[in-house]
Amino acid sequence: MHKNQDIKNHINPQRMSRRFTEKLLYILFLSSVSVGIIGLAVLIFEVLNNGIPWLSWHFLTDYPSRHPKEAGLFSALMGTIWLMFMTAIFTVPIGVGAAIYLEEYAPRNLWTKIIEINVANLAGVPSIVYGLLGLSWFVYYWGTPTEFLGRTLLAGAMTLSLLVLPIVILASREAIKAVPDSYRDAAYALGGDKWQVIKGSVLPSALPGILTGTILAMSRAIGEAAPVIAISALVYITYIPSHPMERFTVLPIQIFNWISRPQDDFRGLAAAGIIVMLFLLLTMNAIAVYFRNRYQIKSEE
Amino acid sequence: MENYGTGNVVLEINSLNAYYQEFLAVNNVSMEIKKNYITALIGPSGCGKSTFLRCLNRMNDLIVGASVNGEVLFEGNNIYSDNMDPIYLRSRIGMVFQKPNPFPKSIYKNIAFGLKINGFKGNYDEAIEKSLRQAALWEEVKDRLHDSAFTLSGGQQQRLCIARALAVEPEIILMDEPASALDPIATLAIEELIKELKTLYTIVIVTHNMQQASRVSDETAFFMVGDNRSGYLVEHDETQKIFTNPTNTKTEEYITGRFS
Repeated sequence: MHKNQDIKNHINPQRMSRRFTEKLLYILFLSSVSVGIIGLAVLIFEVLNNGIPWLSWHFLTDYPSRHPKEAGLFSALMGTIWLMFMTAIFTVPIGVGAAIYLEEYAPRNLWTKIIEINVANLAGVPSIVYGLLGLSWFVYYWGTPTEFLGRTLLAGAMTLSLLVLPIVILASREAIKAVPDSYRDAAYALGGDKWQVIKGSVLPSALPGILTGTILAMSRAIGEAAPVIAISALVYITYIPSHPMERFTVLPIQIFNWISRPQDDFRGLAAAGIIVMLFLLLTMNAIAVYFRNRYQIKSEE
Repeated sequence: MENYGTGNVVLEINSLNAYYQEFLAVNNVSMEIKKNYITALIGPSGCGKSTFLRCLNRMNDLIVGASVNGEVLFEGNNIYSDNMDPIYLRSRIGMVFQKPNPFPKSIYKNIAFGLKINGFKGNYDEAIEKSLRQAALWEEVKDRLHDSAFTLSGGQQQRLCIARALAVEPEIILMDEPASALDPIATLAIEELIKELKTLYTIVIVTHNMQQASRVSDETAFFMVGDNRSGYLVEHDETQKIFTNPTNTKTEEYITGRFS
């Protein structure tokens, strides 16, 4: 009886404090999650609240205007689509090529290691740095004397390609690394040379992963305002670029432009522009998630 | 012109050593593989039999740090000589692996791939049907050739891998424990298939399963792990002799299960 009491006295306080710590940690972690989610929810609510009244068909198909009621983001939307496709055209072959080299061809030595570390670090460089690089190199150095590049779509796409290349390279490398060696063995055992093995066996298996990474990289590219503002400047454009050597504007620039206007109505337009851009981003991310899920199901079989 | 008909030596291995970096995995193996025979390689884990098998079509070259010395004469030519193209060699000496490893493509394309990379110019449909028939898979898949190979069962996948190897029309097929990942019924189907294939091909099979070796093979080679952890060849003879009256006491001890 006495002994029992003793044990209780010894154990209970400890129990109490452990339980308390557990509760406390639970609340702490839950609130960490909530900060992120509530922040996002408030943001989305604000944007929807301000923007939905301004969303209409003419908003999507009209050019910007001094009169809020007539303004639309057609040129920015088309500019974004142009820029995205051109960036993809530059990024995919170069990024996948670099990943193939690093995973399949590169000798395991110090030099390769340095390249790998550099690629990983480049993925973390702030985007404005790329914007300034593009400005000084593509726009001024290659632009002014020859009138070749200048503030064109091509210069913008090249700048964004530099920005997202490290992401595409890293994602493609992961996808290639995830292809089991048994696929390579199978292709080699049939008398395949290295390129046949890569083309016929490795790349098809890695393709969903590469696609996922590329789409995510593209969705980062179209959301970036800083580097594109550096290249294109805040312009007022009332035409659709018909070729890569024309000036352009994109959604983030148009939104930025509207937000900086004094009139309240333009803030509504900006919110509507953000809704359009969010829709574009979420669609692309959904496609990426779809590919990733299909890939996972496949590799589990 | 030498004769490479049934029962003649098609692969002659002379003093083969295989290394992983400094480690000697296969120690001084010499043996002969006869045409249209099924030769089984048996022995405990780590005795180098799989490494030895992979040396026979230079698949081991693909492992970083692996190296080989000695001679492997395939129809009289040393496959490790400088003028031998390992890519061409592997189209003559095919391989089937332990785990079924079909490509993530359709059944049809799995077989077409090997044909395509070897520059096949004939009728693909016919060639694919022929190899699927040889692998005893045709009846099961003829209505679903364009389904993913992953929809097949494990045993069917392994027969697809065999069909894929056959389509390239090699002389020799190396099999690395082809049934070890399969259930007993699928295993028997593979064994039946191997026995049928020997009329057309020479087969070298690594197996952990001694019953399997005794059921399917004509000749058996017994490998052991030496004192320095290197694998070496103890005895190579007709399967019946190995299993009833082996020359070496180590073989007898292994066969009768006194160690494993």
